[in-house]
Amino acid sequence: MAKLKIEDLRRIKESKKGTLNLREGVYRAKVTVHMGTCGIAAGARTIMNTLMTAIGENKTDDVILTSSGCAGLCSQEPMMTVEVKDLSPVKYVYLDEEKTKKIFREHVIGGKPVAEYALSMGSETTY
Amino acid sequence: MEDLSLHLLDIIENATAAGATLVEIGVFQDSAENELSIKVRDNGRGMERDMLAKVRDPFTTTRTTRRVGLGIPLLEQACHEAQGHLNILSEPGQGTEVTAVFRVNHIDCKPLADIGLTLVTLIAGNPDVDFRYESNIDGEKIIVDTREIKTELDGVDITDPEVLALIRNLFQKRRVNSSRHTAGGRINGEIED
Ligand SMILES: Nc1ncnc2c1ncn2[C@@H]1O[C@H](COP(=O)(O)OP(=O)(O)OP(=O)(O)O)[C@@H](O)[C@H]1O
Ligand SMILES: [Mg+2]
Repeated sequence: MAKLKIEDLRRIKESKKGTLNLREGVYRAKVTVHMGTCGIAAGARTIMNTLMTAIGENKTDDVILTSSGCAGLCSQEPMMTVEVKDLSPVKYVYLDEEKTKKIFREHVIGGKPVAEYALSMGSETTY
Repeated sequence: MEDLSLHLLDIIENATAAGATLVEIGVFQDSAENELSIKVRDNGRGMERDMLAKVRDPFTTTRTTRRVGLGIPLLEQACHEAQGHLNILSEPGQGTEVTAVFRVNHIDCKPLADIGLTLVTLIAGNPDVDFRYESNIDGEKIIVDTREIKTELDGVDITDPEVLALIRNLFQKRRVNSSRHTAGGRINGEIED
């Protein structure tokens, strides 16, 4: 039977003691990956994995990742929304691993939106 | 949808969208019996009888963003392709249980593929929802319960990359013998059986 080892969890808990829990509202950026059927079929899980890996590798400690349902733009999936503190939210469409890495580097970390992958303004519809 | 782990992710997104706070997942494969079943039970808002009756129809959705819902019809199609079936039980206010059954040796049965990635994706994307995952794939068992993990972490975010990596590692094929040790306690130890 494979289960998590209690001592591994305790070790992580000890090493993180005193750091803030980002979910309690102190994050600088939030990335939401859209996970409706259309998104999942188009590769949304790979996008989540790319972001989880990037956060781990960069030891990023001020970004939270979340998922939400379909955003209604099924033909442009996979999609994600990036919200950086003090900047307007940006929806990115037709994502793949490389685009996601670039957006993470330049927008999420660097604060500079990647216009070429963004949903063009005004084209947003709800169905 | 390429594989069953993606269908699983999709069907659980229905549960979280229905406001579930606990999702219980079971994956059981017995190749000798030619059977694979995937069960997802949630405590979300459930469905009314007439909704339940038509949920397999792609033109059924409570989405406001578009007029078709594809998740359940696609899963049912995957079941039928592998000579299996899909069962849905639901009670308004109680929750929903979806069971997908496949003939695992059927040539058109999609592979399970990366269930571990599906599970960490769910946990990372829905940290406030609890997941209890249990699988028995031809005798190889895995259990993950986020309630136990959260208790042990005592306030440290379960989406911490190190925690997610531990969870994913459970799904990597075990190294022969090297993890063959026994430890006491409930969440303790990778205990080979
Ligand atoms: N676990 C559940 N709890 C409550 N309602 C559910 C559940 N699963 C499905 N439903 C209902 O059935 C409808 C159809 O589900 P289905 O997954 O087929 O499509 P969808 O979720 O609406 O859209 P899509 O999956 O294509 O993104 C949903 O809109 C929802 O109202
Ligand atoms: Mg769905």
